[in-house]
Amino acid sequence: MKNPMKVLSAVAATAALALGLSACGGGGSSPQASSDTITYWASDQGNSLDDTAAKLKPTLDRFTEKTGVKVQLEVISWTDLYNRILTAVTSGDGPDVLNIGNTWAVTLQETGAFEPVEGELLEAVGGKDRFLKTSWSTGGAEGKTPTSVPLYGLAYNMYYNTKLFKEAGIEKAPTTWDEFVADAKKLTKDTNGDGKPDQWGFTAAGASVSANSHQAFVRGLQNGGTLFDGDGKPTFDSDPQVEGVKQFVDLMATDKVMSPSDAELSQGSQKVDNLINGKAAMMFDQSPLKNFAARDFKDWGVAPIPMMTAGATGDRGTQSHVAGINLSVFKNSDNKANAIKLAGFLTSDEEQIALNKAYSSLPVVTAASSDAAFQTEEVKAKNDALSNHSLPMPLIAKEGQMETLTGTAIKNLFAKAATGTVSEDDIRAALKDANNQMAAAQ
Amino acid sequence: MSHSALDSGPAAAGSTAAVDPEPGKPRAASTPPVRKRRRSFLPYGLILPAAILELLIHIGPMLLGIWIAFISLTQLNLTNWLNAPFVGLQNFINGLNPDSTIGQAFFSTVGRTLGYTILVVGFSWMLGMAGAVFLSSNFKGRALLRTFFLVPYALPAYVGTIAWAFMFNQRDGAVNQILVDTLHLFGDERPFWLLGGNSFGAMVIVNVWQLWPFAFLMLMAALQNVPTDVYEAAAIDGATLWQQFRRITLPMVRPANGVLLMVMSLWTFNQFNVPFVLFGATSPKEATLISPLIYQNSFGSWNFGLGGAMSVLLLIALFIASVFYIRMVLPKGADND
Repeated sequence: MKNPMKVLSAVAATAALALGLSACGGGGSSPQASSDTITYWASDQGNSLDDTAAKLKPTLDRFTEKTGVKVQLEVISWTDLYNRILTAVTSGDGPDVLNIGNTWAVTLQETGAFEPVEGELLEAVGGKDRFLKTSWSTGGAEGKTPTSVPLYGLAYNMYYNTKLFKEAGIEKAPTTWDEFVADAKKLTKDTNGDGKPDQWGFTAAGASVSANSHQAFVRGLQNGGTLFDGDGKPTFDSDPQVEGVKQFVDLMATDKVMSPSDAELSQGSQKVDNLINGKAAMMFDQSPLKNFAARDFKDWGVAPIPMMTAGATGDRGTQSHVAGINLSVFKNSDNKANAIKLAGFLTSDEEQIALNKAYSSLPVVTAASSDAAFQTEEVKAKNDALSNHSLPMPLIAKEGQMETLTGTAIKNLFAKAATGTVSEDDIRAALKDANNQMAAAQ
Repeated sequence: MSHSALDSGPAAAGSTAAVDPEPGKPRAASTPPVRKRRRSFLPYGLILPAAILELLIHIGPMLLGIWIAFISLTQLNLTNWLNAPFVGLQNFINGLNPDSTIGQAFFSTVGRTLGYTILVVGFSWMLGMAGAVFLSSNFKGRALLRTFFLVPYALPAYVGTIAWAFMFNQRDGAVNQILVDTLHLFGDERPFWLLGGNSFGAMVIVNVWQLWPFAFLMLMAALQNVPTDVYEAAAIDGATLWQQFRRITLPMVRPANGVLLMVMSLWTFNQFNVPFVLFGATSPKEATLISPLIYQNSFGSWNFGLGGAMSVLLLIALFIASVFYIRMVLPKGADND
């Protein structure tokens, strides 16, 4: 009997590994906070976790000085943050205040684990009219009380290498998609004479699921499509969506202005490296300035993301999703009064200026935007994109899944383009697959 | 293997003092069953803490996982997961329907994972066996080689896999530098190792690299027990090296082999680390294994019920395979094992 039992427990152990779904994560235990200490989970906005913490410290020190409340800070990397929040939601044991990616806001709202922004909390942040309208709209589902307030604003712009532009004789950044592709072709060349291009017109992190999904969203809208129809049914494979995704994938597949190697890039910073090193001339990014500064790179310019027609407005004039980071108060906090104080403090005009300056993001309160720190060409361009040319990613509970499905479809299409060819049918089939999975999950 | 040593060790000494007045004689023969049962509480008391912990740590999560497979657990009811609605077999129906995208992915993934397991375990075993036989003869530098062979096993799995991911990188990786820049294979086309069809092969290579030292270690230990005079006798009788290997080495290490192959197969079938570190949260279609698929379904879409259902199917399949294997292949009659 003993022998099978031993093996049985070995099998059980293996199975427990396969099944250990609910047991994942683990961490998240915050030491029992005394009444004058609150815990705060910050997302990684700097060059590193330490850099983020160092840049937050002056603000948190000022908060402690003003209110007498100490803040126990933990900076969490983007790869871990989502699962850490998930664990905190499940166990009910989380921080008092936390940062979230604003595209997760509705999903997290649905869990019911976060304090609605009304009453005291709404008062503490000074009411919704202080905030940029687009950023505020990401706080939760339409028609419901939001459960997060904007903290940092971001938006996509096109950044380009001015040196490469000059060499190619391009004087003005392209404004329409056709001009963009034409310029990208001019900028794609063989500089070392081996018969193959080693400088490319455009670069993107082709294996980054979230960045790909942002382009599916923006390019779809520019072509007159949407990811969901009026009834909330997914329409990933509608004609305008296929057209939009095709434009993006074609940059590698048929226009050949994007290096096949980009299909392997999963980190946004890798494409920034390509731009800095002169291996590529243009890219779409939310905030590469900290990387530029760290590498002392000055030959860059910024322009709006090209649109299908110059001066397009409305949905077709979309250049970016409303990107950024929001702030939530955990409903289970034993220290809610102080947590609310911190939320109010971080969104105050002075701290918005200090923090967004430090992280090269955009203030989400309009009063702070007029500060001298935010009058550079780069910030103005970003501000214009965020205020006038951005729409929030679909405000639905399954947003995360939508990003995973559309982003992965495009990742696989880039992989296919890098190792072979991609036809319009391939694109349609990939999006249809994603669409079916989305529909099945709803 | 070492049960004889264990029996004369401290555990047996303890039970002898408590239960058995006449060590060395079969207990049943020397003590009436009733008396024995009453007096033998102590050994059970001693393993009780371990049994409770085993229940808590292994069996508990397993039962929870099985239960999750029958409820609809999504982000909407995660905070209140005890009250998630019971949906019966719906998760299984969704996951198993061969006409649906999810069902197709599930079945093709199970097939792919089987093939993957056979390849990885097969190569690892062959390399491990070759290494063990090679190092069982005495020569200078043997100890050094032994240590060297164990490096992949001693290295943290993540570190090793990340290094491989760098090496397989299409543009700057060491693999393409050697194959394309130095040896000029593939007509100067730089192949992608982590995309498309090649990704499966790359994953097999990394996993074999990581697993074979374990096979090597186990087989080397087993070979220590093969007496050298058997080989000498065989050599005198004119047996070739291959005959010695087939007729002596293989049968002698058969018990160790049985356990080794099973453990390695279970590990490989459940492989998660290698694809996760090589490819990130979503593997290429050609290289998706069952564990990453379950992860994708659970965490990518927050649909824990579906992930749970797939896990339960996996558990049942592995359980049946293991029981079958234990009955058929492992040595029998070892009640004192």
